[in-house]
Amino acid sequence: MIEVHNLTKRYGDKVAVKDLTFTVRPGIVTGFLGPNGAGKSTTMRMIAGLDAPTEGTVSVNGGRYRDASAPMAQLGILLEARAVHTSRSAYNHLLALAQTNGIPSRRVAEVIDLVGLSEVAKKRVGGFSLGMGQRLGVASALLGDPQTVILDEPVNGLDPEGILWVRNLLKGLAAEGRTVFVSSHLMSEMALTAQRLIVVGRGQLIADTTVAEFVAQASGNVVVVRSPQSSELRELLVSPDVTVSAIAPGQIEVHGLSAEQIGDVAWENRLRIHELSTQQASLEEAFMELTRNAVEYHAHGVTPSHSADDRPVTSGDPR
Amino acid sequence: MTAAATHSADIRPAFPGMKVTQARVIKSEWTKFRSLRSTKIILLVSIILTIGVSALICAVTASHWTRLEPGDRASFNAVASSLNGILISQLAVGVLGVLLISGEYATGMIRASLTAAPKRLPVLWGKIAVFAGVVGTASIVSTFVSFFLGQALLTGHNLRVGISSPGALRMVIAAGVYLLLVGIIGMALGCLLRNTAAGISSLVALFFVIPPILGLLPKSWSDKIGPYLPANAGEAFWGHPEGSHLSPWVGLAVLCAWTAVAVALAAVRLTRYDA
Repeated sequence: MIEVHNLTKRYGDKVAVKDLTFTVRPGIVTGFLGPNGAGKSTTMRMIAGLDAPTEGTVSVNGGRYRDASAPMAQLGILLEARAVHTSRSAYNHLLALAQTNGIPSRRVAEVIDLVGLSEVAKKRVGGFSLGMGQRLGVASALLGDPQTVILDEPVNGLDPEGILWVRNLLKGLAAEGRTVFVSSHLMSEMALTAQRLIVVGRGQLIADTTVAEFVAQASGNVVVVRSPQSSELRELLVSPDVTVSAIAPGQIEVHGLSAEQIGDVAWENRLRIHELSTQQASLEEAFMELTRNAVEYHAHGVTPSHSADDRPVTSGDPR
Repeated sequence: MTAAATHSADIRPAFPGMKVTQARVIKSEWTKFRSLRSTKIILLVSIILTIGVSALICAVTASHWTRLEPGDRASFNAVASSLNGILISQLAVGVLGVLLISGEYATGMIRASLTAAPKRLPVLWGKIAVFAGVVGTASIVSTFVSFFLGQALLTGHNLRVGISSPGALRMVIAAGVYLLLVGIIGMALGCLLRNTAAGISSLVALFFVIPPILGLLPKSWSDKIGPYLPANAGEAFWGHPEGSHLSPWVGLAVLCAWTAVAVALAAVRLTRYDA
C-alpha cells in the first residue's frame, strides 16, 4: 500500500508535483500515467525517500520508507534512470544491494535467473543493452521479495517478448497480494496491464479511476452515423452541447448524444440511417483528451489530432 | 513504539533476519570496493608512487651526496626523504576517495544505494570504514616498505637511520595516516560536490594550489595561515618541514579537524538534500 497525501514538490519556482493525493492498493496493478514532465518520476522518488517532499506526506505499507528496518522487504523500486555502476558486474551489483539488508546470496542468483540474465551475470553492466539494463533493474527491485513494487517505465527499451514478460510479471506480483505501481507514458501498455489508473499532468492529479471508467469518462458519447441524408441529420442534431463533424461522405461523428437519441431524431424526421454505432475511445485517445492541457512540452505546430474541439461543427470536408 | 513498528504487521520479510545494520552496509561497501577494477588500479598506483618516488629520491640523494650544498646536507632528514613519495601518492589516494562517492553519483548507483539503506548515513560510514580498512592498511604498509627501502638505498654514505631512531617510527606511521586522512577528505569532497571533476579539482586546489599561492602573500599572513592548511599541518605530523610552527601532534589535530569538518559537511549534504 502506498499513500500519498497532499504531496507537493517545488524546485525553486518550478512546481514539479502539486498537491497530489492518491492511494495505491495491494492486489492489483496500478498504472501511473502522464506525459513526460508530469511529475511521475519525482513522485516515485519521493515515495522511495530519495527526494524530500516540499509539502505533504508519503507512506509505504503504513510507514515512512526511511524508517523501515528492512527497507527492501517493504519496497522494491526500478527507477527510470539507470542506477547501476557501469563497471560492476550484474552479480556484484545485486550482491552489494542484497548484503545491506541481510538478503542471502542465493536470492541474488535466484533473481538473476528470474529476469533471464544468468548468462551475463558476471559481465560488466556497462556493456548491457537497454533491455538488459531494465531486466537488471527489475531484478534489483525484486531482490528483497518486497510487499510493494514501484517500476518507473519498466518496458522502456524492451523487445516485444520482454514487454510480455514484464506484463505477466506485474500481474503475477499483484495476484500474490502485493502493491504494484507502474508508471508509463504508453497508454496501450497500461490498458493491458493495469486495473487502476492514476493520471497526472503538470504535477497535478487528473484522474484516479479504473481503466474502464477512465475510457468511458473521456470518450463521452461518440457515435458514428452513416446516412444518405447526413447533412439534414446534422442540421437537426447540432446544438451548443452537441458537435457533429463529417468524417466521410455520408458519414458523421456525433459527440454529446447517445445512439438511441440520434436514432429517435432520425425516426421522427423520417431520415434513413444505414449505420449507427457507438465508438469506444481507446485509452490512448482518452489520455490525450484528458491531458491535453497538461502536456508541458508541446511540439510546435503539432496539434493533438484527437482533441474534440478540433472538429468543426459544420465541416463538409471529408477528413 | 518504534518508527519501524508503524509498518503494517502483516509484512514479514521473506528472508529471516532481514534488516539493515551498519555491519551489513560495511560488508556491502566492501563488495562494491573490491568489484571495481578502477578502485584497485588507483590503489595500486598510490602504493607504487609512495614506494617508487621515495626510493627514487633516496637513490638520487645518495648518488649526489658529495656534490650537495652544505645547507642541503644539514637539512637532510633520512626518514622524511624515504617518505617523500607520499607528496605525490596523496593525489592518487585523494582521487580514489573522491571517486568512491562521486562515481556513484555519476552512474546513478547512489540511488540504488540509498533506497537499499534509506537512512543514508550508514552508507557514508560504511564507505569510510572500508576505505579506512583497505587504504589505511595499504598506506601504512607502503610507508613502512618505503622507509626500509629508502634506508637501504641511503646506506652508502652512512646516511641510513634505523626505525628506532628518534621520531622515525612516528613519522612512518604518520605518513600512512596522513594518506588515509587525505583520502577521507577526498571522499567528503566527492559527497559534497557529487561530481568527479569538481571533487578532484577542489582536492588539487586544497593540497597543491593554495599552499604555494599563500606563499605569495606577505610573510606575516602566510606564516599565520600557512601551517594550518591540511597539507602543511600534515607535513608537520609526518615530516620534518623547515620553519613549521606546529608540533607533530598539533599538526595531527589540525588535520583531523579538517577531516572532521569535511565529513560533517558531507553527512549533512547526504542526509538533508535530495539524492
